[in-house]
Amino acid sequence: MSVLRIFIADDEAPARERLKELLQDIAAEVPTEVVGEARHGLEAIELVPGSAAQVLLLDIEMPGMRGLEVARHLAGLENGPAVVFVTAHDKHAVEAFELSALDYLLKPVRAPRLAAALKKAAAARPPDGEQLARAHGDAREYLSVTERHRIVLVPVRDIIFLRAEQKYVTLRTKARSHLIEEPLIALEREFEKRFVRIHRNCLIAREAIRGFERAAPSNDEPHWMVVLDGIEERLPVSRRQWPMLRELVQDRG
Amino acid sequence: MPSIRQNTFSDLLPDFRNLGVIARILVAVNATALAAAAYAAPGIRGALERFIEDAAFLEPLLFIEVAVLFALSRQLGRLSYTAGCLAVVVLSATLAAGYLAALQQSSTAIARGGLFAFLLASVLLGYFGLLVKAFSPALAEARLQALQSRIRPHFLFNSLNAVLALIRRDPKRAERTLEDLADLFRSLVSDATRFVRLADEISLLERYAAIEQLRLGERLRITWELDAAPSDALLPPLVLQPLLENAVYHGVEPATEPGDVLVRVERRGDRVLACIENALIDAEAERAGNRMALDNIRERLALFFDAEARMDTRVEGGRYRVEIDMPYLTRARTAEG
Repeated sequence: MSVLRIFIADDEAPARERLKELLQDIAAEVPTEVVGEARHGLEAIELVPGSAAQVLLLDIEMPGMRGLEVARHLAGLENGPAVVFVTAHDKHAVEAFELSALDYLLKPVRAPRLAAALKKAAAARPPDGEQLARAHGDAREYLSVTERHRIVLVPVRDIIFLRAEQKYVTLRTKARSHLIEEPLIALEREFEKRFVRIHRNCLIAREAIRGFERAAPSNDEPHWMVVLDGIEERLPVSRRQWPMLRELVQDRG
Repeated sequence: MPSIRQNTFSDLLPDFRNLGVIARILVAVNATALAAAAYAAPGIRGALERFIEDAAFLEPLLFIEVAVLFALSRQLGRLSYTAGCLAVVVLSATLAAGYLAALQQSSTAIARGGLFAFLLASVLLGYFGLLVKAFSPALAEARLQALQSRIRPHFLFNSLNAVLALIRRDPKRAERTLEDLADLFRSLVSDATRFVRLADEISLLERYAAIEQLRLGERLRITWELDAAPSDALLPPLVLQPLLENAVYHGVEPATEPGDVLVRVERRGDRVLACIENALIDAEAERAGNRMALDNIRERLALFFDAEARMDTRVEGGRYRVEIDMPYLTRARTAEG
């Protein structure tokens, strides 16, 4: 068996040390090499893509970004690592169990369980994004754009609008725009608290709505445009969505 | 060792120096006077006028009664329960009769007033006795809650994991950590109805902090302000430790940067003030996650101190703070009283 490249993500230093000790203990059975470590979720997103890790030992309860969301963003990587979740929580262990055929480990971790999980993971593929989404349950705090060896995170709270354009969805923040490959309908469902649909192809952040303007192009019927905080661009409101939006704005007073 | 069982929750006279007891006496007597007025005079207006007339006459007596009971509470406390009750009702009746005599009322009025005070005092003592019985199951329940909601499995398993990581590299520190864990658990299963000394609760805080420090390393920075803490003060067990645990759980663990926690306990006159503060990271999570622990502590403070202890939480400048204000009670003081 060739040497398995492992990445460890856990916010507690003693927990990382313990995993490394155990990896040494089982080296005869499963030869491994630790190619990277992360102290919190965001660091894992930053370091895992360039690490060439085959298996990620991922703590679920971490600051910055929790393990389940980390796994969701990493799922977009080409040749991403298989994931073994590690948790001190029973509740999350159950969630992790639902993730896929992948194994999970309970803290304190036992050497034989670790060896078994690694053997299984070595043959497994990275977890499927949809399965992860189901297990995660919550809305993500970030959307991610996967580049070759890098994952760019965009905080959902910075997003002003999401607009479907052919194959992609354009995601607009104050600073710039990105393209992501997720269906608008799924985004609408996941972030319904935060975004509202103004048109067949467009969701806007509720809190970015500044007002509405009436536009009357010469060769078209007059219609409403929404004015948004932070950007110059006006977006058209479809006739179908207009009554609902008007109510929303009136409710807000 | 004083405990609430001996202090308020067995067949003992109520503590006439306790604000809650005094408030209940005032409310009960006035409510009775109002009921009597409503019975004697027709209509709401008539009843109110009658009550106000009566009150002008009744309140001075009531305050004298409460003041005398307050002054004599230690002497009364030394008597057996039956003798104490008898002393209280006789005292009340005598004071009422004496008061009426001083106002040069007729002998019938004096006798009636004395009898009325005698009956009312008996009813009130009976009520305080029932209150004790009503609260006893609550006490047991509070204790169970204290046991159940105390330790987060997350903390236990992560601590054990940290100890496992230490055993090979630093066996001495691993030993110390297990000893700290043992102390923590001992206090969790100890008698929840007994007061503990502040010095013991603080040493528990330090043991708990040592375990967290091992897990979190430089991410956890605790500032201790304990120079003015009266080590002999008595307080319900596990009042401060859960607050520190919450501060770490909500103010340090969810942060990627190091977090500061402040622990301050001080005596101001006859009050003991405790304050635990952490960075506010997720206001919503903090509120939701804290509620049960805070309710639990608030309930136990009420069981031990009645209305004389307070706990407040506030958010200020990005910091979340819990403050407890409780009476400065010591073994010497409770032994006297």
